[in-house]
Amino acid sequence: MTLAGWAQIALFCAVILALVKPLGWYMTRVFAGERTFLSPAVRPVEVSLYKIAGVNERSEQDWLTYAVSMVVFHVGGFLILYVLLRTQGWLPFNPQGMTAVAPDLSFNTAISFITNTNWQNYGGETTLSYLSQMLGLTHQNFLSAATGIVVAIALIRGFTRASTRNIGNFWVDITRCTLYILLPICIVYTLFLVWDGIPQTLGAYVDATTLEGGKQTIAVGPVASQVAIKMLGTNGGGFFNANAAHPLENPTAFSNFVQMVSIFALGAALANVFGRMAGNQKQGWAVLWVMGVLFVAGVAACYWAESAGITGINELGLTGGNMEGKEVRFGIAASSLFAVVTTAASCGAVNAMHDSFTALGGMIPMINMQLGEIIIGGVGAGLYGMLIFIVIAIFVAGLMVGRTPEYVGKKIESKEVKMAMLAILVLPLMYLGFTAVASVLPSAVASIANPGPHGFSEMLYLFTSSTANNGSAFGGITGNTPFYNVTGAIAMFVGRFFMIIPALAIAGSMAEKKIVPPSAGTLPTTGSLFVGLVVGVIVIVGGLTFFPALALGPIVEHISMTRNMLF
Amino acid sequence: MIKLFRPAFVLLIALTVLTGLIYPLVMTGIAGVLFPKQAQGSLIVRDGKVVGSELIGQNFTSDRYFHGRPSATTGTDPADPSKTVPQPYNAANSMGSNLGPTNKALIDRVKGDVNKLKAENPGVPVPLDLVTTTASGLDPDISPAAAYFQVPRVAKARNQPEQDVKKLVDRHIETRLFGLIGEPHINVLALNLDLDGVAAR
Repeated sequence: MTLAGWAQIALFCAVILALVKPLGWYMTRVFAGERTFLSPAVRPVEVSLYKIAGVNERSEQDWLTYAVSMVVFHVGGFLILYVLLRTQGWLPFNPQGMTAVAPDLSFNTAISFITNTNWQNYGGETTLSYLSQMLGLTHQNFLSAATGIVVAIALIRGFTRASTRNIGNFWVDITRCTLYILLPICIVYTLFLVWDGIPQTLGAYVDATTLEGGKQTIAVGPVASQVAIKMLGTNGGGFFNANAAHPLENPTAFSNFVQMVSIFALGAALANVFGRMAGNQKQGWAVLWVMGVLFVAGVAACYWAESAGITGINELGLTGGNMEGKEVRFGIAASSLFAVVTTAASCGAVNAMHDSFTALGGMIPMINMQLGEIIIGGVGAGLYGMLIFIVIAIFVAGLMVGRTPEYVGKKIESKEVKMAMLAILVLPLMYLGFTAVASVLPSAVASIANPGPHGFSEMLYLFTSSTANNGSAFGGITGNTPFYNVTGAIAMFVGRFFMIIPALAIAGSMAEKKIVPPSAGTLPTTGSLFVGLVVGVIVIVGGLTFFPALALGPIVEHISMTRNMLF
Repeated sequence: MIKLFRPAFVLLIALTVLTGLIYPLVMTGIAGVLFPKQAQGSLIVRDGKVVGSELIGQNFTSDRYFHGRPSATTGTDPADPSKTVPQPYNAANSMGSNLGPTNKALIDRVKGDVNKLKAENPGVPVPLDLVTTTASGLDPDISPAAAYFQVPRVAKARNQPEQDVKKLVDRHIETRLFGLIGEPHINVLALNLDLDGVAAR
């Protein structure tokens, strides 16, 4: 570990903290339907969209209608993407002549993108036409990100409104989120990325004659416009197979830093939106502190493990840590930080190969995802995941002192706790269940690339990443088989919608409740006691769930590594 | 229920066209005007021919050139299209080795490379990045230590004084942004183009 490395990490945290308030202020205004500086340009488009769609922007929906709207919208998105992938060979913007994507891979990819997972069983530059990248993937990057954000907003409305059934209008929320937040940022962001070296062209791949006379085909394409939303919307599906490690997808340490910031920016700001809408920004900061404690602990552990390196390589007299599967321009500090950021949020972009991380260095991303990506988290998904954990924490605190638990003036009752438990239990059911099945299925085991405990980690990582809608991978595993394409898609689907629907149900039941004024017996939810309580509940609930599986994978591998046992 | 289909249909189509077609195409147009070079992939053209991209590493094997890092990319076998063979720095199929820390194949590979480099330049510590694969298989850079390590070999192959080659290396070191972000590195292709006496940028 170096001082320069720690300074980069500190700078990253400082930039995120500085962005929280201004972005939170702006997003609050957008979702309250107020005027913003973009209104003169965007408002006419917005109004005409509502007119054609027959949406009355003043009429709101109850939680069930909101949820059904979201599901209908996603079914449509899935169909468009699936058909596009199957027919790309006949469609324009296909200079490389890519043919139709296989049915099981199309199914997996379509589910993967509507659920904001962006798992890459496809190799971008070897499988997809430019039209599939733009109309298929870029567009789903926007819509799945917007969905995450608006569900979080709906849940916040549930917590902060009183005596109403309405939690907002899905159509209005999704339109405003796209037009006022995601698209304007992406336009500026794309130009920055192109300036820094990311291609943005519709031209075919370039044939170069190298200095030594060899032939090198360089894949290019409309990369920058997709990378912008891939990061901002915590989608993470790469234009290229190597994702953000590819020099044309992440050319410099500068683009790398900005990409990391853009993964966290909106998710962190949503905590502030929560505070503002609850009428007390301290509520938002308390949530952010819980996230911050867990985040810094993860970064420290991962950076330490990667700097310590691989025993077998260190013994050859090499120094400097673990550089296998990392890029020189980023180095160990920025690669470790990126790995933690991308899995704390549900981004899943990678700038280094997680499969080649040390056992403990690779375990940290896994833990981040297994906790449900509540540390900042996917845009929106992180906040609603965290609020679900807070419901449990408040409930536990209530049990300890024998009082009805309350949060931001609302009583937490059995219905909310049941929904929260459903959301929390369904995740391990998916990733532990499917890993168990894969471990005993010879055809599934045949997909692993690294023998020994690392092979188990590859399978565990695959299902964890799918369930948590992350999309990063221990990339050695051959995931593009019918078994993994189908089971992975199920895990992604359940991991997404069995979180969102309970979250919206909680929103609905909370909105109907009256506000209870705080009394002497109310647990203050802005102080360090509360932060400690929530962190404790997360670590205990999470730890009890997945520690046994981690013991079979990364932990056993770490012990083997230090004793120089190879497989 | 039926009330939901009209907004779903209209907004889905409208937002799909807006974010999936208008946005990327307009950005392609603007980027092509503002930053034409980067938008095409930062290509280096010499005598009307593309010799590579500033951002993409190449597979250097000659003693006369500085070498990049090991690359695990593959490609189809020119002799038999049904087979996949190692093809380092294949910029149309980026990938890493994905070898894990307890994989015998990883340790054996590194051991072999270390022994080769030790024989080339005895007594000098082997730089880590010269024996570990790049994440993308296309890393354009090496660390300054890895460049200095290769100076004696390159100087000998080119019959140039080591001092001159070393000075060239010094000139190519790119430092941390704002003294903070990233790691010091050297672009191998730019350095090699300079060695050949052609300005890379």
